[in-house]
Amino acid sequence: MDSRSPKPAAAAATPAPGTVDLAPLRRASRPRWPELAVWLLPVAAWFLFPEDLALLTQIAIMAIFALSLDLVLGYAGIVTLGHAAFFGVGAYAAGLLAAKLGIGDPLLGLLFAAAVAALAGLVTAPTVLRGTGLTRLMVTIGIGMMLFEAANKATDLTGGVDGLQGIEMTPILGLWSFDLWGKTAYVYAVVVLLVLFLVARRIVHSPFGLSLRALHMNPARMPALGVSVDARLAAAWVLGATYAGIAGALLTQTTQFVSIDVLGFERSAEILLILVLGGAGRLYGALIGTIVFVTLHHVLAGIDPEYWQMWIGLVLIGIVLFARNGIMGAIDPFERLLARKKTEP
Amino acid sequence: MPDMLLEVEGLIAGHGDAVVLEDVSFTLARGQAMALLGRNGMGKTTLLATLMGLTRVHGGAMRFAGRDLSAMPTHRRALAGLGWVPQEREIFPSLTVEENLTAVAVGGRWTLDRVWTMFPRLKERRANMGGQLSGGEQQMLAIARALMLDPVLLLLDEPMEGLAPLIVQELFRIIRRMTETGDLAVILVEQHAHQILPLTDRALVLERGRAVYSGDSRTLIDDPQRLDGWLGVTGGGPRGGTTAARVARGEA
Repeated sequence: MDSRSPKPAAAAATPAPGTVDLAPLRRASRPRWPELAVWLLPVAAWFLFPEDLALLTQIAIMAIFALSLDLVLGYAGIVTLGHAAFFGVGAYAAGLLAAKLGIGDPLLGLLFAAAVAALAGLVTAPTVLRGTGLTRLMVTIGIGMMLFEAANKATDLTGGVDGLQGIEMTPILGLWSFDLWGKTAYVYAVVVLLVLFLVARRIVHSPFGLSLRALHMNPARMPALGVSVDARLAAAWVLGATYAGIAGALLTQTTQFVSIDVLGFERSAEILLILVLGGAGRLYGALIGTIVFVTLHHVLAGIDPEYWQMWIGLVLIGIVLFARNGIMGAIDPFERLLARKKTEP
Repeated sequence: MPDMLLEVEGLIAGHGDAVVLEDVSFTLARGQAMALLGRNGMGKTTLLATLMGLTRVHGGAMRFAGRDLSAMPTHRRALAGLGWVPQEREIFPSLTVEENLTAVAVGGRWTLDRVWTMFPRLKERRANMGGQLSGGEQQMLAIARALMLDPVLLLLDEPMEGLAPLIVQELFRIIRRMTETGDLAVILVEQHAHQILPLTDRALVLERGRAVYSGDSRTLIDDPQRLDGWLGVTGGGPRGGTTAARVARGEA
């Protein structure tokens, strides 16, 4: 039998040459019911905590930021302590567009911030990816520090430590204006989170996403499998930067203010904590980590306003020591069991 | 010769400053299978790694499908049709069998269905993690993964090493099927010549980094004395070697 030509019966199901059969990936990226439960949380929160919509909006924004770090760290394996750089770039991009150019359309602002952050990612990628391990980590910290100081110095543009003011947003799509109670802001942030999450989900289940995970496991093996390691890592880095930029822009738009600590080192460190807490490399870890961290922060600061950081530190140490892969990592064994049951004939 | 798929001329290469290959030349036509023979440490693996651009080349020329390989980065060589299955297999342990394949697929003639037809055992285990596979299954997966890149030339480095006899038989059947179709050239490294010489058209024997024989496999089969001198496995040569070698000698 000439194996070059597929059997006629199979021909219909066999994809044309030049395309990859993505059916199994699509199967893997199909939503499962526990996921639906997670997405009911923002809906439930709307009804349960109508007084706390501003905090809930922050959670949604942080979740996008954590998601962006998950793409960079969890999937591409690039450890960074300077991720706030892109969050800040996005925040200032959206802020300046509205404050200086008078373009207050929120969606246009998101697109603009995404583009600027992507560009920042593109520019920094060669420097960051040049080194490995500790070198790389230091470079990311350095980039973060430089941007912070740049924003601090350029007071005319950024307002320096006083922050950027005079940001006016027009209604979203000309229909929904931002209200005093933060209802629009909350729905807006959650919808953007959902959209970005679905896109990220699609990406990590694509061959590109799989190759990132493979690369994570064995970078030396990848070139011989036709994968340029540098190009893949750079793509993930830019993608993460773009996501972070959108998160920053959302913060600007929903608070109509840019504080210089959008670029702060603490933000970079905090988001890393959040991702590790939730579990890196599984998307939902970013969401769960954010919810748990911000809630803990909120509750502990209420109980013990002075020493709440100590309690958070304690919880974190406990998690990394006893649940290596974060909160989501503890769910993994069950999930694997579920997956196996489903694929067994 | 326009039909030559791979032309290697006067190749000198090694790891760092240490030269392993000193003057290796051979050619391989499209669809041909070549046995790469030689005792341990003679440079067989280094030759394959050099073809993939993973060693330091000190001299000589390599042309693949008419293109100069020397300036081509490894991932381009892979995309140009050089499929390498290293001895270590290097399966991605926490990707499933299916994901191991789709992660690198380029959408060529090898679809998942075609791979499943050739490796029914992998189809059965497609939802298992790469790390849960037996050695033989890992080897099959490594070969299948290389096929997903739609190679024109497959480089197999001791695929039978350490595998159970039954699996070795299955792999030989698979390799024979791959070479029989004529659209895939193969370079097969094996410690023991007897099993692979009948499967291949040509043979290249390396001794201390030099090619001491480059020609028809048949000639070598008919001249066991000479082969014995190079490999020392038939008759009174040193014992040991790979499982496959022992199987071939009827010891396992």
